[in-house]
Amino acid sequence: MDPVVLSRLQFALTIAFHYIFPPLTIGMGVVLVWLEGAFLKTRKPIYEIAARFWTKVFALNFAIGVATGIVMEFQFGTNWATYSRFVGDVFGSALAAEGIFAFFLESGFLALLVFGWDRVGPRLHFFATLMVALGSIFSSVWIVIANSWQQTPAGHHVVPVIRDGEPVFQNGVPLLRAEIVDFWAMVFNPSTVHRLVHVWIGAFIMGAFFVMSISAWYLLKRRHEEFARRSFDGALVLATVASLSALVSGHFQAEMVYHHQPAKMAAFEGHYETGPADMSLLGWPDDESESIRFNIAVPGGLSMLLHQDPNEPVVGLDRFRPEDRPNVAISFASYHIMIALGMFFIALTLLASFLRWRGTLYRQRWLLWIFVFAVILPLIANEIGWVAAEAGRQPWIVHPPVEWKADGSDVVVGPGGVVVYDETVALRTVHGVSPTVRAGQVLGSIIGFGIIYIGLGAVWVFVLNSKIQHGPPVIGAEALVPGSAPSGGWKPSRLLEVIRKEAAKRRRLTRDKERGSS
Amino acid sequence: MSYEALCITWFLLLGVLLAGYAVLDGFDLGVGILHPFVARTDRERRLSMNSIGPLWDGNEVWLVTFGGALFAAFPHAYATVFSGFYTAFMLLLLALISRAVSLEFRSKVKTDGWRQFWDWSFFAGSALATFLFGVATGNAMLGIALDEFGDFHGTVLDQLGPYPILVGLMTLSLFAMHGGLYLYLKTEDELQKRVRDWMWRSWGLFLVFFMITTVATVAFVPRSTANFQHFPWAAAFALLAILAVANIPRALYQQRAGQAFASSCVLIVCLVGLFGAASFPNLVTASNDPSHSVTIFNAASSPKTLGIMLTIAAIGMPFVLIYSAVIYWTFRGKVDLTDHSY
Ligand code: HDD
Ligand code: HEM
Ligand code: HEM
Repeated sequence: MDPVVLSRLQFALTIAFHYIFPPLTIGMGVVLVWLEGAFLKTRKPIYEIAARFWTKVFALNFAIGVATGIVMEFQFGTNWATYSRFVGDVFGSALAAEGIFAFFLESGFLALLVFGWDRVGPRLHFFATLMVALGSIFSSVWIVIANSWQQTPAGHHVVPVIRDGEPVFQNGVPLLRAEIVDFWAMVFNPSTVHRLVHVWIGAFIMGAFFVMSISAWYLLKRRHEEFARRSFDGALVLATVASLSALVSGHFQAEMVYHHQPAKMAAFEGHYETGPADMSLLGWPDDESESIRFNIAVPGGLSMLLHQDPNEPVVGLDRFRPEDRPNVAISFASYHIMIALGMFFIALTLLASFLRWRGTLYRQRWLLWIFVFAVILPLIANEIGWVAAEAGRQPWIVHPPVEWKADGSDVVVGPGGVVVYDETVALRTVHGVSPTVRAGQVLGSIIGFGIIYIGLGAVWVFVLNSKIQHGPPVIGAEALVPGSAPSGGWKPSRLLEVIRKEAAKRRRLTRDKERGSS
Repeated sequence: MSYEALCITWFLLLGVLLAGYAVLDGFDLGVGILHPFVARTDRERRLSMNSIGPLWDGNEVWLVTFGGALFAAFPHAYATVFSGFYTAFMLLLLALISRAVSLEFRSKVKTDGWRQFWDWSFFAGSALATFLFGVATGNAMLGIALDEFGDFHGTVLDQLGPYPILVGLMTLSLFAMHGGLYLYLKTEDELQKRVRDWMWRSWGLFLVFFMITTVATVAFVPRSTANFQHFPWAAAFALLAILAVANIPRALYQQRAGQAFASSCVLIVCLVGLFGAASFPNLVTASNDPSHSVTIFNAASSPKTLGIMLTIAAIGMPFVLIYSAVIYWTFRGKVDLTDHSY
């Protein structure tokens, strides 16, 4: 087998497994901050109990995220050596910044968050939670910057590699590499902001659905109901807002993609022929006949979306040489599934919010059951969103620039009516792999990771399930009274002790004041 | 700063990251290596794991940052090292994964089989990772065969010669000792007594391997001492290392466990320093033809990037040191088990 194909497969598998966990961490971080903030504000023990429970789940997800993240860090060097030499000057700095700014912050304060309940005061603990949440958001920043730069490179120039004062030639061609010219232009390349916002929104949806799934299950089983209702309420707000935002942010992203990677957009929509474009809702692209089978489409929909005019032409795949086109079937399918799921989230969360407002949500058992299982859907949407973005980038590992005519109506084409990319400033995926790594080695590591990851996935689900079955400590109504001690086997923590002492002090003070005045 | 000075600065900073990693993750890898030997009962095993519970993740970030910094500052070296040591690195990654998740999973289920399995994988992951670090260091000292583009065409078997294996064993005993000294500080009673015995054993083993390795290095890696002529001050590392090794038993006899642990930290820093001094200016030495070596000058990123990275490090590192200090301070003292422990 081909080491390139295997390396792509390995990268896709390992990053897809890693990416199960970051969105959970990022999304749940927000939930934890909210719960601890609510506790500090109201001093109702129920929030502390909820925060403690979700922290344990959070730590479990986090640990696997860390373990799988380390693989990613080194994979650029192991499997993509040529690519690493080409992009290192630009890409490496983003990766290093990630370590220094994000991972240290996150892992340091995670220790306080998870193990520090009885060692630090409630305010410092809240601060630690805030820092972990911020750290996990930062972790997404730099890596998405790096990835966005591959998609829409900016702020760099490509120069020959010089060693010992001489340019280096390999098979008669000079070796090239990208070097930073303008750091901030590299950081804020055209797609960074769009994609970061979209990634965060996807993570918030993931975290919120995760919390709602477990809470809905408790509600159905009539366990920990007060706890579950409060968790569900908070998560539902987050999920509703985030689902609506995904549509808006996705729309702007699509316009950006069309401008910088028109071949990707054409593949997303299965738009073969340049001209007014429909938006297909359902169908299957067929490369042979260059059309979409079983097509159900909104006429002029894509033109409308990109140009606000249903008759305006949209650049199609015919503007690109066959070897410069991404795989249409994968791009089309993954993009459409993501959007369909996005629409479903909007419908589901709006319906639930409406019922919650009417006060009947928690009596709709069927809807709660949907929420129990719906947790898998944002996971799929997040994964498949990346598949769309990455498969649509092919055949490039570093995408070349695209030139547009002055009026923006069409791309600039060369002889034959197709785009002639400037290949000296880009890199094809097939040229990015490590020259010395053999197919057998890659296959061996895919099998190794495959076995370990399947095992990890199974153990994760098993341990998660036992945590959920075990649940938070059983509590009574007094947990809703600010400053009271919860009952039922809950060991009074330092947190609660401090609060109780404070409350006693305040009571004493007011008593003294009353006595003084009388 | 001149381009050359920037390259040298980044070489030094990578050395700092590597030394930081070796000292910090060194002790928690060491705890993993000693885990099955010193901790007998379930409670002891939990204590041993929880002694590094809040710290190991932060320690491992030093490795992650080292990787990122190598990529950014010397991309050519990053590409050569990781593609050249492909199989070894995949094993290392598997080892690090199994170690990390063992900590998280072990105490979640109360059956013996489950716990034994994760105890075993915690040990195996820690020991394998440590051994591979040593083997990699050994190969870096010896050099590997590189073509003129800096690519290694051999196999993993070429990297398992007697010298790398020797360095691997030395690293194993070093980290076991280092972890033992740490665990001694964190534990009490029975467990601490057993740790004490193993501390001595690993110190003795280390001494033996250290001496053999030193002789072998001087005999088989002539390059290793050549640099001392250029930088005579590097000999200070060697001297300090020897003093540190000698000070460990002395401090232990005097019941100054803290000082013994500090000595082993100094020892590790010195060994990394010696490794750096011996390698300079090479990042990967070509054993076949010195002109193929990947050096800090031919592998470096542009001066602009090195400068940006320096700014990033200058902003970020003080914060890193502050959080680390806060975390280590918060979790000082003997370990105990609470409902938040593993
Ligand atoms: C910063 C870089 C970066 C980041 C953050 C991601 N990827 Fe990526 N991805 C790459 C950098 C990359 C790459 C190294 O550039 C690959 C390897 C081969 C290729 O063409 O691009 C790649 C390939 C690649 C492929 C194979 C595409 C193909 O070969 O047709 C898939 C399916 C994914 N990735 C999926 C993901 C997912 C699920 C991610 C979620 C986090 C993700 N990528 C983040
Ligand atoms: C190829 C790309 C990636 C690399 C090299 C990478 C690297 C890493 C590494 C080394 C860690 C462990 C850090 C530690 O030890 O504390 C980690 C964890 C993490 N990464 Fe990634 N990562 C990648 C993709 C992503 C993406 C795309 C995101 C988010 C959008 C992300 C978000 C996170 C988060 C939040 C964590 C903390 C642990 C967790 O949440 O599970 N990573 N990553
Ligand atoms: C509802 C309508 C949605 C639209 C119109 C939309 C649009 C897009 C577009 C155009 C891209 C490709 C960007 C690129 O190639 O650079 C993308 C990528 C992505 N989408 Fe969506 N999306 C939607 C919903 C969602 C939802 C609900 C999720 C997750 C819960 C999600 C997760 C992702 C992810 C993770 C990526 C890859 C990262 C990126 O490129 O930003 N999307 N989306």
